[in-house]
Amino acid sequence: MKLKLKIWRQKDAKSKGKFETYYLDSVSPEMSFLEMLDYLNSQLILKGEDPIAFEHDCREGICGSCGLYINGRPHGLKGKTTTCELHLRDFKDGCTIVVEPWRAASFPVIKDLMVDRHAFEKIMQAGGFISTNAGAAQDANAIPVAKPNADEAFDAASCIGCGACVAACKNSSAMLFIAAKVSQLALLPQGRIEAKERVKRMVAKMDELGFGGCTNTRACEAECPKGISISHIARLNREYYAAKFSD
Amino acid sequence: MSGIFSSSLGKKLIMSITGLFLMLFLVVHLTTNLLLLVGDGSLYNRAAHALATIPLLRIVEFLLAFGFFFHIVYATIITLKNQRTRPIGYNKTASNRVTTWPSKNMYILGFAILAFLVLHLINFFLKLRFGEAPYVEGTEMHNTYLLVSSFFAKYWWYNLIYVISAVLLGLHLSHGFWSAFHTIGLNNNKWLNRLESFAYVYAVIVAVGFTIIPIYFWFAR
Repeated sequence: MKLKLKIWRQKDAKSKGKFETYYLDSVSPEMSFLEMLDYLNSQLILKGEDPIAFEHDCREGICGSCGLYINGRPHGLKGKTTTCELHLRDFKDGCTIVVEPWRAASFPVIKDLMVDRHAFEKIMQAGGFISTNAGAAQDANAIPVAKPNADEAFDAASCIGCGACVAACKNSSAMLFIAAKVSQLALLPQGRIEAKERVKRMVAKMDELGFGGCTNTRACEAECPKGISISHIARLNREYYAAKFSD
Repeated sequence: MSGIFSSSLGKKLIMSITGLFLMLFLVVHLTTNLLLLVGDGSLYNRAAHALATIPLLRIVEFLLAFGFFFHIVYATIITLKNQRTRPIGYNKTASNRVTTWPSKNMYILGFAILAFLVLHLINFFLKLRFGEAPYVEGTEMHNTYLLVSSFFAKYWWYNLIYVISAVLLGLHLSHGFWSAFHTIGLNNNKWLNRLESFAYVYAVIVAVGFTIIPIYFWFAR
């Protein structure tokens, strides 16, 4: 199949970027989207041009690296997939594909399609963990967890931290990400101990890093490759107000 | 509680609580106004008189003014901050299936409603409180029915403005209603769709309710 690609090129964080147009004449519909970019890069290298920088790692939808804004939506138009799970068969022959990096003040572009997502790590470092003494694993049934809580915690834990929620949100809000991380721990007994401090610190860090506020447009939920529900945001709000009012 | 209102979630809490209060006010306002359509208007006049003269309700009036004030001021603060979060926009954006137009344009809708509110206060509230509104003959009670019915029978463009504003208010509420509950944390997987459905019902009732009144008086003139 034939493709016309409009791809954002930016030399480094300080440079001003622009779109470059590339044409591919004979790509297989069975290629994954990232394979297509690899193929394009091999062509660019042969021509002595700078290959396109983009992030990727596991290529099976679990690492959260491959965040690309494709044809106006994070991870493309397919829904509930990461970029690496997209294939060229999901596109029409001869179509134009616009590829942009995540756009958010908190996710500055490093090069081409790569953005700096350290902001998420800083939020996690602020409280997205439980403090525990390492040692031998205890018996799995020592702490009972209600099945609905376990299920919901598991759903929240499926967040891969790709940043599609921030990329999709008109306010570049990180609320769905933080809600997932807070929920995952708040729903389990082990996470309750530090729940109040955790939510306060993570929200404070989110504000400090320049993410916007949530206006409940549900765009994050629609674009989340793991389909994480905004009901976790309601829980985050509950947790936050309860923690703040008990101060 | 230290610093809660300086956080983004704290500011949203103010939006939510003032929004819920204003939505409660709309229910009272609409219920009272629908009395315009009942009988010869004496019931409406008595209701309007009671609302304007009961001392406790004068306090509520101040609360209402504060509700509007904080809702508008914090909407502005939040919107200005949110607009700084994406210095470089996307070249191409596509819509998804769940994000509604009102949810993305609450501030614009709110601004239109504010413009209407100013006009609305000039049309009725200021006349009743400070101006030369008519009285029911032989009493100290304003003939609010006459004021309203003659107003809507006179200018078709005012009727049009009132109808459009009611629709815009309905759109604002279609998102604002469930969003307010969601923000204060009263939502979960089960209630998400229910609250959205209630929001549409509430928004339609308010929009249709306020639309009927000018249309009724125009055709009854």
